[in-house]
Formats: sequence, structure tokens, C-alpha cells
Amino acid sequence: MSSRFSQTLSGARDTLPMLVGALPFGIIFGTLATSSGLSVAATLAMSALVFAGSAQFIAIGLIASGTGLVVILLTTLIVNLRHMLYSASLLPYVRHLPQRWRVPLAFWLTDETFAVVHRHFILHPTAEQYRHWYFLGSCLAMYSNWVACTLVGVLLGHALPGMANWGLDFAMVATFIGIVVPALRTRPMLVAALVAGAVALAAHGLPYKLGLMLAALSGVVAGMLAASLSSHAVDTQGAADERV
Amino acid sequence: MSGYEWILVIGMALITFAIRYGLFAVGHRVRFNPWLSQALTYVPVAVLTAIIVPAMFMPDGQTLQLSLDNAYLIGGMVAIAIAARWRNLLATIAGGMAFFFLWRWLRG
Repeated sequence: MSSRFSQTLSGARDTLPMLVGALPFGIIFGTLATSSGLSVAATLAMSALVFAGSAQFIAIGLIASGTGLVVILLTTLIVNLRHMLYSASLLPYVRHLPQRWRVPLAFWLTDETFAVVHRHFILHPTAEQYRHWYFLGSCLAMYSNWVACTLVGVLLGHALPGMANWGLDFAMVATFIGIVVPALRTRPMLVAALVAGAVALAAHGLPYKLGLMLAALSGVVAGMLAASLSSHAVDTQGAADERV
Repeated sequence: MSGYEWILVIGMALITFAIRYGLFAVGHRVRFNPWLSQALTYVPVAVLTAIIVPAMFMPDGQTLQLSLDNAYLIGGMVAIAIAARWRNLLATIAGGMAFFFLWRWLRG
């Protein structure tokens, strides 16, 4: 019993730094969502049921610009695809659990919890019997923080109606920059970002926000091309250049 | 909540959950095609950059604003510099926003 509790607690504790980062993000989401035309109920429901910060931000941006439902859902799919990588990496640690564990742990799987839990499991490879409780502790901390911050944001936006015009949406730009720039450690990653950004600017006039989709796709293809070119260059150093 | 909002929220919730739960549900060790897993690693950077760049260069969503009066562009540049130098999310958000508001106030 106490071992379960202590695992839960240490999972929550190790997630604390992530909570600090998510705090302004959640508050600003609550404020912006209601000012971009979403009802209070829908804003809270989105945080409680979708629980995916970047996808939620993008969705309200699209709603504010009058984008159709299908495009918003398709964008959600693209933006959240990265979670499949996370679940693949965590699978060895959850596959022995019953579905009543796997369902909630999957629902609560975020960038932050993945970062904390994956690191912990790698650093503590001995099979601790209750370590899924550590996973749960991180999830509960992130989830309660996210829903509470959304509520605070909604209330703040209500109390200060002018807040929508303060330019707080720049917080999303700054947050995404803080996520993307440190990830640009390799040349293919940099190429992917530059191409995606350039195509997004050039294709912004396309209807239904297709520019975003096209830009993301171009970025992925460009990154893969750059990676295969550079690995090819390494593989075939000194070899003949007969292959394209 | 309107009907539109129900569909929006439930739709987003189902899509997100399906992505997160799909592999957990099966439980077998999954071997991604290396090509696919490589493609997936570029998705976050490509998507987020495709959102950031137009937000910086076209804050109104219509016209390119390459001017010093565009606080989104200037603030974004400062945020990029902070992120590249310190690789710290909190410093990037706080520093970028502080500079953004300072710039708006100075030029406004």
C-alpha cells in the first residue's frame, strides 16, 4: 500500500518542473479560448477530455480564423501523431498491465509525462512492482494542473474582458519557439523547420488552412531527404558516386 | 455547448485518445517501419514551425509585415535567440513575452 503511495507521490514530485512550464500555457489557453468564440463549457470540456495543449491552442487559433471542423480535426491528428512515438517507447513498461490501467495511462500521456516517466524508467531498470503508480502520479499532477489552469484562465478572461487584445496570443508563439528551437540540434531537423516555415508563409493563402498541412508535410519530407543525403554521404565516403 | 462544440470536442478527444491508446491496446511489441518512425520524429518540429512563422510574419493573418512595428516578429526573434542560447522553455516564454510587451509599449 505505502509503496504504491510513495511511487505515486514521487511521480508527481518529479513532474513539478513541468507544471511550472504548463501553468502560464494553461491560463492563457483558458483566456484565449473564450475570447476566440468558444463557450466556457466547451473550453473546460476540451481541457478535460482532449488534454493536449498544443493541439488545443492550434484548434482555437483555427476557430478564431473561421476554419471548418474537418480541417480542425485533421490538424489535431497531425499535431498529435507524435504521441504514437511516446506510446511505442513506453509500451514495454505497460504491456503487462490490465486494460483498466492502460486506458487511463494512455489518455493522460503528454509530452511532459513522457519526458519524466521515460527517463525514470530508464534510470531505474530494476522491475519495481508498483512503478506504474509512478506513471500515474505524473499523469495526475499534469492533468489536475492543466484543468485548474484552464479554469483560472477562463475566470481571468471574464474579469478582464480587454485581455483578448493584449497580444497574449504571443505566449503561444513564444512557447512553441521554446519547444522547437532546442530540438533543432541536427541539420535535417533544421532543414525540416526552415522548409516548413517557408512553405507556411508561401502557402498561407490556400483555403481551409491547407497551407499548414502542406507546410508540415514539406518539412517532414525535407528533413528525411536531408537525413538520407547526409547519411548517404557518410556511408559512401570514398566510394564511387554511382548511386543517386 | 452548441452542437458544433460537442462535435469539435468529442472529435478531438477521440482522435487524440486513439493515437495515444492504439499501441497500448494491442500490447505486442510493435516494430515501426524505420522509415515511418523517422518521419514521425520530424512531425512536431515541422508542424510547430508552420504555426510559428506565419504568426510572426503575418500577425493579422493576411499581409506580410516586415517592419519594426511588428512586435510579433521582433519578440519572436528575441525568443528564438533566448531559446538557442539557454534551451530553457520558461526563460524563452518569460523573456520573449517581456520583450514583446516592451516593444509594443515603446513603438505604440
